[in-house]
Amino acid sequence: MSRELLLRIWRGDASGGDLVDFVVPVEEGEVVLDAVHKTQALHAGDLAVRWNFKAGKCGSCSAEINGHPRLMCMTRLSSLPSGPVTITPLRTFPVIRDLVTDVSFNYEKARQVPAFSPRPEQPVAPFIMYQQDVERSQEFRKCIECWLCQDVCHVIRDHEENKPHYSGPRFFIRWAELDMHPNDGLDRKEALQDTQGLGYCNVTKCCTEVCPEGIKITDNAIIPMKERVVDAKYDPLVRFARRRLRRARGTASSATSQGPGHG
Amino acid sequence: MTAPSVPTAAPAPRARAAIAARTLRTDNWRKEPTITAAVLLSFVAYATWAAFKNADYYKPPYLSPFYSPCMASICGHARAGATVVHPPMVGLFGPWWAISPAIIVLIIPLGFRFTCYYYRKAYYRSIWRSPAACAVQEPHARYRGESKFPLIIQNAHRWFFYLGLLLNGILTYDAVEAFHFPSGWGHAGFGTLMLVVNAVLLWAYSLSCHACRHIIGGRLKHFSRHPVRFRLWGIVSKWNARHMEIAWVSLVFVALTDLYVRLVASGWVTDPRFF
Repeated sequence: MSRELLLRIWRGDASGGDLVDFVVPVEEGEVVLDAVHKTQALHAGDLAVRWNFKAGKCGSCSAEINGHPRLMCMTRLSSLPSGPVTITPLRTFPVIRDLVTDVSFNYEKARQVPAFSPRPEQPVAPFIMYQQDVERSQEFRKCIECWLCQDVCHVIRDHEENKPHYSGPRFFIRWAELDMHPNDGLDRKEALQDTQGLGYCNVTKCCTEVCPEGIKITDNAIIPMKERVVDAKYDPLVRFARRRLRRARGTASSATSQGPGHG
Repeated sequence: MTAPSVPTAAPAPRARAAIAARTLRTDNWRKEPTITAAVLLSFVAYATWAAFKNADYYKPPYLSPFYSPCMASICGHARAGATVVHPPMVGLFGPWWAISPAIIVLIIPLGFRFTCYYYRKAYYRSIWRSPAACAVQEPHARYRGESKFPLIIQNAHRWFFYLGLLLNGILTYDAVEAFHFPSGWGHAGFGTLMLVVNAVLLWAYSLSCHACRHIIGGRLKHFSRHPVRFRLWGIVSKWNARHMEIAWVSLVFVALTDLYVRLVASGWVTDPRFF
């Protein structure tokens, strides 16, 4: 059933802008991106919007709909409360024009992730990765890089000054994915804490709430990485056990070095 | 061929979209933080009052969880004439400890809950408003999170987890002792039920926490090499998904248990005996 919908779309660029009202006809089953396309077709041919294929997998059409960071292609109009629908660009990133933002911050952070580094003691035979180890990181591989988690994260959304030393949730799951890989040889915990700002996250879970792929970013990546940092720096029992292990290994190696018949 | 023109200066950093509103959310985003703050602050107020009351926390065989283990010698005075003597640590703090003995022990459960990942979310949102709700601008001019003092102390959660397990053991002992009436073993009243359920909920809260999940299996790189720990990790992960609910239920129930013991000890309520 067709009806008229009032859209309030932010229009402008880095020099300024404002919400502009458009009325468009919409049909049952349509999504917000359909209404934006109708706005382009009927009222504003120069309205800038980034999108690709309307299937919720390219992560291009991220915007803020009635203040919620969401994918425009996956937000049905029927799921929104009645009344005008407000659409604004992602608030955390610089605006280029209208609904299009400059998300290059994220690609800079992506370049800072140390690549997968196989353990030096890699056996000659090919490394076999078992299903339970695959599944753990598979969740993180679902990320479509829509940047909604980065947008909603208050650490950089409300504090631009934190951007140089904070990677954000999307990259915490990338660091976690690599750190949890059974054959990765790098110790990423302290770098993540010291240079990527893991400690800035206060686990308020907004990243998890907005993720269109349903990735449990906080529970399965950020908190486990915080716990790994605790292992390395703050856990009294782990430190004690490590010291004992190191001493035991030292004793064993010195016994071995005395030759056969001593160990 | 003409060389492409090269900009002589770096482009100025682009500005964000000029949107003055703190948020454009139209839903009732204030509701959740308001309810959370109300429950949390109510608990803090009740726990503070109960901890400093220093009376009506013991009625054989029930001992309030806020006062267990009762480690000051004044606990012994509180129980003079009681035929049941528990728990075993009475008198660790001598007569010089003049204030309520609850203060000695409450630091552990309060520290455990204060540093808990779920409660962090709850009070950061509801009380500190950092942020109050997703995509709602926080009111603070600066933010360093848990990277610097004082909030870097949140990393002590693991310490409180270990101590909390010890405390759970003692509260389980109390729950068993709640079957030990002055007339002998094998009886149970409504207070026994309260103490048993309280102990079960506290174990559920501790074992479903993120630190436990990590210790059980989360710290492993190879799940495949540790099938038993992987299986346990899977079980704890399922409980962990319900950690928020368990946290609330156990928080409210521990206060209700204290209240019940208090009402029985002060004579306001007569404890119904089941057998």
